[in-house]
Amino acid sequence: MAQVETVAEPRVELPVELFKGMVEPDWCPGCGDFGVLRALQGATAKLGIQPKDVLVVSGIGCSSNLPGFFNAYGFHSIHGRAIAVATGAALGNHGLHVVVTGGDGDGYGIGVGHFIHAMRRNLNLTYLVMDNQIYGLTTGQASPTTEIGHKTKSTPNGNIEMPLNPLALALVSGATFVARAFSGEAKHMTDVIAQAIQHKGFSLVDVFSPCVTYNKINSYAWFKERVYKLEEGEYEKTDFHGALQKAYEWGAQIPLGVVYQIDRPTYEDGDLALKQGPLAKLPLGLTAEQGAELIREFM
Amino acid sequence: MAQEVTVGVGGAAGDGIDKTGDTFARAYARLGLHMYAYNSYQSVIRGGHIWLRIRAAEEKVYSPGDQLNAMIALNQDTIDQHAAEVNEHGVIIYNGDKLHVDESVFKPGVRAVPIPIKDLMKTVADRYGVRLDTVMQNTVLLGALIWLLQLDLETLNKMYEEIFARKGQAVISQNVDLALAGYEYAKANHPAMDYRWTYSRKSRPVLTGNETIGIGALMAGCRFYSAYPMTPASSLLHFMASHAAEYGVCVKQAEDELAVVNMAIGAGHVGVRAMCGTSGGGYALMTEAIGMAGMAEVPVVILEVQRGGPSTGLPTKTEQGDLNQVFGASQGEYPRMIVAPADLVDTYNTTVEAFQMAEKYQLPVTIISDLLLSEHNETADPEAFDFNVTIDRGELAEPNENGNGEYKRYLVTESGISPRSLPGDAGNMFVGASDEHDERSILISDVYTDPLMRIKMMQKRMRKLEGLLRNLPAPTLHGPADADITFISWGSTQGVIWDAIALLAQEGIKTNNLQIKYLVPFHTDEVATILNSCKLKVLVEQNFTGQLGRHIRAETGISPDATILKYDGEPMEPLYIVNHVKEILNGTSRNGR
Repeated sequence: MAQVETVAEPRVELPVELFKGMVEPDWCPGCGDFGVLRALQGATAKLGIQPKDVLVVSGIGCSSNLPGFFNAYGFHSIHGRAIAVATGAALGNHGLHVVVTGGDGDGYGIGVGHFIHAMRRNLNLTYLVMDNQIYGLTTGQASPTTEIGHKTKSTPNGNIEMPLNPLALALVSGATFVARAFSGEAKHMTDVIAQAIQHKGFSLVDVFSPCVTYNKINSYAWFKERVYKLEEGEYEKTDFHGALQKAYEWGAQIPLGVVYQIDRPTYEDGDLALKQGPLAKLPLGLTAEQGAELIREFM
Repeated sequence: MAQEVTVGVGGAAGDGIDKTGDTFARAYARLGLHMYAYNSYQSVIRGGHIWLRIRAAEEKVYSPGDQLNAMIALNQDTIDQHAAEVNEHGVIIYNGDKLHVDESVFKPGVRAVPIPIKDLMKTVADRYGVRLDTVMQNTVLLGALIWLLQLDLETLNKMYEEIFARKGQAVISQNVDLALAGYEYAKANHPAMDYRWTYSRKSRPVLTGNETIGIGALMAGCRFYSAYPMTPASSLLHFMASHAAEYGVCVKQAEDELAVVNMAIGAGHVGVRAMCGTSGGGYALMTEAIGMAGMAEVPVVILEVQRGGPSTGLPTKTEQGDLNQVFGASQGEYPRMIVAPADLVDTYNTTVEAFQMAEKYQLPVTIISDLLLSEHNETADPEAFDFNVTIDRGELAEPNENGNGEYKRYLVTESGISPRSLPGDAGNMFVGASDEHDERSILISDVYTDPLMRIKMMQKRMRKLEGLLRNLPAPTLHGPADADITFISWGSTQGVIWDAIALLAQEGIKTNNLQIKYLVPFHTDEVATILNSCKLKVLVEQNFTGQLGRHIRAETGISPDATILKYDGEPMEPLYIVNHVKEILNGTSRNGR
């Protein structure tokens, strides 16, 4: 029987420039998303994945413009639906490395339903959320991760909704790789993204990616004062309850790194239709005899 | 004159009506009888009222018909609701131990056929030393029906041998004996009806529209089907799921229809022939993404099986009320194909064609069906299905090992078709774009706004519709060209119209039918030419406002002279049309007002 084609093993490191897109990013100077783009380019280069084997899918938002700045296949879809598009793409060709990029509004707001179900399914996707706790592209409204009391254009008297906790939500939804990175920590973020891509199953990387224009509170300086790295050997990333505790660490001390990682069969492993290899590579159509056989089922 | 009979089977959900009806239809379809069965059901799992009508005929029939010659009542409610509908000299078969009839409501010559179920079942149960499930009373009643209709009992026995092959000889024998008990009891106590059947013995499948759509999808190379459960599209999900492993189709039940359509588009983007299915409510959720498929030029097939609307509407009833929604799907303007099949073979052909056109022209194709077409059971000639499908993937770009970034995903061409590259192909990377973009798929929507490029790309995309239209056959008139009345229709109403045309012809009223299959793109010139040649144009639709009529008016400037509309959730019957035609002819029609 044919083997399921799994994510390719790391090969020879490639030059980062190979992943540079045709278009220069048009993000505001200082935007955290520049760091994420560089880290993703660094990660794919380091892992030696060819651009043709990468599919970067996004929705709508400042961060969702990322695929246009990255040299690979991509799909810049509609607001909130990146995970759904990526799911179809990943199931259609599970030989591809599918990376979803977007923001907190796209993923934790309008698209949160798809986010939860993708994790429970353990689809082999990597999801990078550039979490800036604000809607940037629409000029500064509260987002699902905006903190209580934060004054934005849509909350002039201060936000009164409790922010969503992406890491905790990922954990309870069945994600098998949950991590956090910070645009101010480029090397660390590159390493975390590389691990996320290598992970077999759903991987979430929630990135603190400051919006220098519309979020004056959660700035680089704000994060730099608070973040610390979970160190390999000192932290047990396979302990669910420990991870949940880390997910709730917020305030003076905020952890960065892989908060949780376990092995669990992926959706692709379980779907019998995918056993013969990527669907996109299989021959199309049936023979006339097969058609007649289908009709005979009803006679 | 060709023989035909219509049998009604009524009871509560959970009474096994579907299986009884299916067994009957499939058994006698094997002898060469044509079948048309429609199930009026409710959105409940147990209880409620289910009313299955099966029309069996020596010659092809196209609708549930107007007759009711025999009835199997599985509960009192069925007798109370339908006894008065049974035609003259018809029969009402029921469990005489539990149910009772009021003969005063009967039409002349209608006979009550009470069957002593308890005694007959006990005799069989004792013979095998088993307890028999009460639902097996259906088999006894079916046996009685076979006698009364003078059908062949042996054929039914053979069906039971196949149906229960896996359950073993004892179960087969029990069913055969139960049917025989009903048959013999009826034979001893009730004269048979006046039927003498001529069996052609041409065996035909009994299928639903959703099943023929599923077969079409498999034949066309569909390898991804996504759906969220919604009546009346769910039976396609079941068909695809039950064939998924064997035919290598990823069947994905998603969290909502937003996911459903976006998943199918994602699969289409990587080069998989993808389809999704829903009803009107789900389609409403899909519309933004359908526009994206148009903009990003991703092939995808979407099935919209209409039910009564708006809102939750009539979840288990039929209607043709969603045409406006399908036309209006998504903001903005984009190329797409909207096609409405009319019958079983047409749903098969339409589905195969939908996949071909979706890839050839790189656009979303909506197949619009309805509950009647997708869920009713009917026989079809097996040879009418063309299984020699040649897959045409449309224009694909050659993979380019030394890709230098010059590949233009949205290359402007005369046809509007730009050769596709598929993720994984060397050298031809691109980012599918929901924003307006240039030939290389670089966004021009915001900072690089370029009105000239916008015009170029809009024209390129919309140009595809010209080529597509040339690929689609124009509609023609069915029936005599010199008819006094032309029925204009789309979708499932074609069947009942064809039956009505035959009835009207018997009364000397000459009518024909202009069935519109391709709604977008539209054969404006051909339709206008035909309509200009028609005498009295009567629009027939299963909705309130005459949505096809509005579309034809928009496209051709031609309005129908009269309308026959219906929006009570039940399919039209031939006499409904016949009677309205008479009203139209004598100037008393108020339909559609």
